[in-house]
Amino acid sequence: MSRITADEVRELAILARLALSEQEVARMTVDLDAILDYVDAMRELDTTGVEPMTHAVPFDCPLRADQTAPSLSIDEALANAPRREASFFQVPRIVPGPGGSSTVEDES
Amino acid sequence: MIDARGASLVSIVDGVRAGAFSAREVTEQFLDRVARLDGALGCFLKIDDTGARRRADAVDAARKAGRDPGPLAGAPIGIKDIFCMRGVETTCASKILRGFVPPYESTVTARLEAAGAVALGKLNMDEFAMGSSTENSSVKPTRNPWSHAHVPGGSSGGSAAAVAASLCAGATGTDTGGSIRQPAALCGVVGMKPTYGRVSRYGVIAFASSLDHPGPFGRTVEDAAALLEVMSGVDPLDATSIPAPVGAYRQAARAGREGQTPLAGVRLGVPTEYFQPGMDPEIETAVRAALDELALAGAKIVPVSLPHTKYAIATYYLICTAEASSNLARYDGVRYGLRAAEVRSLEELYTKTRGEGFGTEPKRRIMLGAYVLRAGYYEAYYGKALRARRKIADDFSAAFASCDAIVTPTSPVPAFKFGERIGDPLQMYLADILTVAPNLAGVPALSQPCGFTKSGLPIGLQIIGPALGEEICFRVGGAYESRTDWHTRFAPETA
Amino acid sequence: MATDWETVIGLEVHVQLATRSKIFSWSSAEFGAEPNSATDPVCLGMPGTLPVLNRSAVESAVRLGMAAGCTIRARCRFARKHYFYPDLPKGFQISQFDEPICEGGAIKFRLKGEPRAIRLTRIHMEEDAGKNLHAAAGVSFVDYNRAGVPLCEIVSEPDVRSAEEAAEYVRAVRTLVRYLGIGDGNMEEGSLRCDANVSLRPRGSEKYGTKTEIKNMNSFKNVRDAIEHEVKRQATLLDRGERIIQETRLWDASRGVTQAMRSKEQAHDYRYFPEPDLPPLVVTELEQVALRASLPELPEDRFARYTSEGLSPQDAGVLVADRETAAYFDATVAAGAPAKRAANWLINELLARVDDPRKLGEADCPVPPAALAELVELVEDGTLSGKLGKDVFVKMWSERRAAKEIVAAEGLAQVSDGGALEEACQRVIAAHPGEAGRFKENPKLMGFFVGAVMKETGGKGNPKAVNEILRRLLG
Repeated sequence: MSRITADEVRELAILARLALSEQEVARMTVDLDAILDYVDAMRELDTTGVEPMTHAVPFDCPLRADQTAPSLSIDEALANAPRREASFFQVPRIVPGPGGSSTVEDES
Repeated sequence: MIDARGASLVSIVDGVRAGAFSAREVTEQFLDRVARLDGALGCFLKIDDTGARRRADAVDAARKAGRDPGPLAGAPIGIKDIFCMRGVETTCASKILRGFVPPYESTVTARLEAAGAVALGKLNMDEFAMGSSTENSSVKPTRNPWSHAHVPGGSSGGSAAAVAASLCAGATGTDTGGSIRQPAALCGVVGMKPTYGRVSRYGVIAFASSLDHPGPFGRTVEDAAALLEVMSGVDPLDATSIPAPVGAYRQAARAGREGQTPLAGVRLGVPTEYFQPGMDPEIETAVRAALDELALAGAKIVPVSLPHTKYAIATYYLICTAEASSNLARYDGVRYGLRAAEVRSLEELYTKTRGEGFGTEPKRRIMLGAYVLRAGYYEAYYGKALRARRKIADDFSAAFASCDAIVTPTSPVPAFKFGERIGDPLQMYLADILTVAPNLAGVPALSQPCGFTKSGLPIGLQIIGPALGEEICFRVGGAYESRTDWHTRFAPETA
Repeated sequence: MATDWETVIGLEVHVQLATRSKIFSWSSAEFGAEPNSATDPVCLGMPGTLPVLNRSAVESAVRLGMAAGCTIRARCRFARKHYFYPDLPKGFQISQFDEPICEGGAIKFRLKGEPRAIRLTRIHMEEDAGKNLHAAAGVSFVDYNRAGVPLCEIVSEPDVRSAEEAAEYVRAVRTLVRYLGIGDGNMEEGSLRCDANVSLRPRGSEKYGTKTEIKNMNSFKNVRDAIEHEVKRQATLLDRGERIIQETRLWDASRGVTQAMRSKEQAHDYRYFPEPDLPPLVVTELEQVALRASLPELPEDRFARYTSEGLSPQDAGVLVADRETAAYFDATVAAGAPAKRAANWLINELLARVDDPRKLGEADCPVPPAALAELVELVEDGTLSGKLGKDVFVKMWSERRAAKEIVAAEGLAQVSDGGALEEACQRVIAAHPGEAGRFKENPKLMGFFVGAVMKETGGKGNPKAVNEILRRLLG
């Protein structure tokens, strides 16, 4: 029984913003299926009552004094920009939306 | 003048500091070797001769002016192309970062430069540090100096090969699941993954944030120790860097060389789980012989168990892919790097740029990572892995109650041929079995040469210490090295 | 018969903290810089950069939580919230998910004189995103100055019951933020933002209806108008038997309507997981004690105190609206002025002359509290008439002079000296024999005589004394 379908792979590709060819989708489905099958063995490990280990350091978050230091100049900030206009980064038109929405350009 | 092919990093530094030769002379020698020999090997992505000469001249000027030229004065080193260097193209061997020139410097390279080291250029790697053979570089493969038909290992393949071929006397790498130790083993050099947080990650392009460890490569144990001493220390720019004082690593390495039984009183644990059937028999033989040698040096060999080893690969790949899918979300063609041509919408900007810019392995890991973090799947996969991680870390803590260091082989196989494993990702992942657990637990681990296969491929010995226990790793490593001569053998040179 | 719908509103308010530097990096957090001139590699999400947490942002969040009566978590965590948008440099926002810094608590205020307490679910810290500017011709521009500015997100329980109450809630949050000095709370500038979740249910029902999320309300008026509109829209649909679609709607102030957003994605899967670059944040007992001690007297506590001291709820409300106004009032009273008088002068004379009450707290305020108290005393003790007092105030304000100094310099002291007044009254009576004679039949002529005496004394006659003397002399 497969653990992941080609349709799920296409959905994930959208979620991760990756354009995959149909060959890539097919290959990815096989690869991810094998890997998910392998990691499934984790289920047999009893982890009840075990604290998740999110960090390999035993200390708390250090804090920084609220002081400014020199910013990048506008040119430095934009030097690597693939598209620049005056002092802005340029992107294809964003349809206004709430944070979190990937809005598609109006086709009209 | 030094013999570049044989000189240890430490001997070069001693010579420069003593005035026996100049940093510039050393630099020219190594740049010459790179020019002659790297064409066949493909270690370097970028050779920064102008910058190297400038740095060497600065060291010489300091010395002439009576100032201390630094503890690494004149040391010719290579920098894995995952460390950002101000004004130098840094690509992580990925198309998506072609042309990216950081306006900032990684803490590690800043510290190395301040110590007088001379960076010769940027070294090849698996794209975004994802891989075990450097075959995933989007630019070119790197060849193993011991056999050009074989891989150097990965992801820090360029670093390991460059040191093995004496194209530089030391190098930096990163180790997320074995990416320093495994190529060190496959190339017959020393590679060290320190304790997590020992070395700052600021300016090190992130693959898996809680698993990435920057560290050194050297020909000898003391060379690696010398580099690590300078690289280590708390950094206000990295909230996960450890405030503990930096140990005397060179001294520990030298202590291992003293006397007949330098390891008297040291207990070395040998975990049964790391000697599984299916392991290459030549590797097992070499490692067992190494254990015998360590016993002669005074160490007591004790059996230990790391019972959760069998879950280490699954745990590792669940955590690292989740973190990787997150860390690679920023590559979108907006602020830096590649932007796909002919983009008709914002959506296409993202999908085409990322589709074209990432190679197959990063895409695979991004997809897997997105999958395991999905709402509804989190607890079953990522949440589960975080708990398994704690059990793996606890295994080490428990083992260190009965031993001072743990000794294992580094890689279950020697260097493999190009194309042999790249088609089967799961097979590639499984070869990390001996290295991933210390990344999960955050404990330090060193790999050093301990022999060769009959076909002349290097074999690596791994020494794992408790958290902040780099000294014991260097001491044991130094002791083993002083009683063997693997580190004096050189890869054949093709002119 | 139309259903009696009950409005159920929950509010999410984002407060920008006025720290000097950003929450995770060192560039300036100040508003209004030239585009992309206040960035650094960290807030641009450049490869290899790492977040380091700003102490001041933590302190502000804790103080805000304490002021709202929240439980402060001794240990809290940051989390990554993933989505793709050009103003979000890393492709994720560092926020808090499972273990936010504050939980519970309530925002208290008065709605039409009635005390209200809207419960909070939580307050958490997060970083702001940059700004997208939409140009013509198929392109948009991105400015990352705002990326990384610290935010506190205040999430309320769905306790709000009207559009008007929602606006008052947001106003109360703003007042609290400004009292604590942690931010400007300026909706027009974007340092205070509000999203509302609005649903209707039949009155008396316990179940929640389908809610819509309303965004793009950038003033208190917009909050009220947008929610009012949305309530009407939902009621109309529900009355027709139609269902409410759970969606996000943007308020369009120029057209007075909410519009559903066009979006391919329905629900967002933010793929939250704990931020690996930041270990858990601990706020110790000791630190909590120190921060609690730093809290000022809060608006509603002050309101209670003022009304118990005899001020009208209306006046008390004006005084507590800004910390500076209340502080000015307290200082004036401390300098000896009676509460009600101080309140009158402050409200009617001072507040009318400043465009921003915060100017009252500034060192160069033309009439500091002690000076006002001095003036109030001069009027209380009869040295100045009320009217003259106002004239003196005008001079104090424009010329920055003390009241006593002006009175002495211009001889304005109200004449209460019986002798001098007696003489003035006698002169006036003597000068107007006709009116004096007609006084007995026409007592209203008193006003004429008082006015004449005032003129005679240059306005300085104590009206009460003048009245008494004239009455005696005129019989």
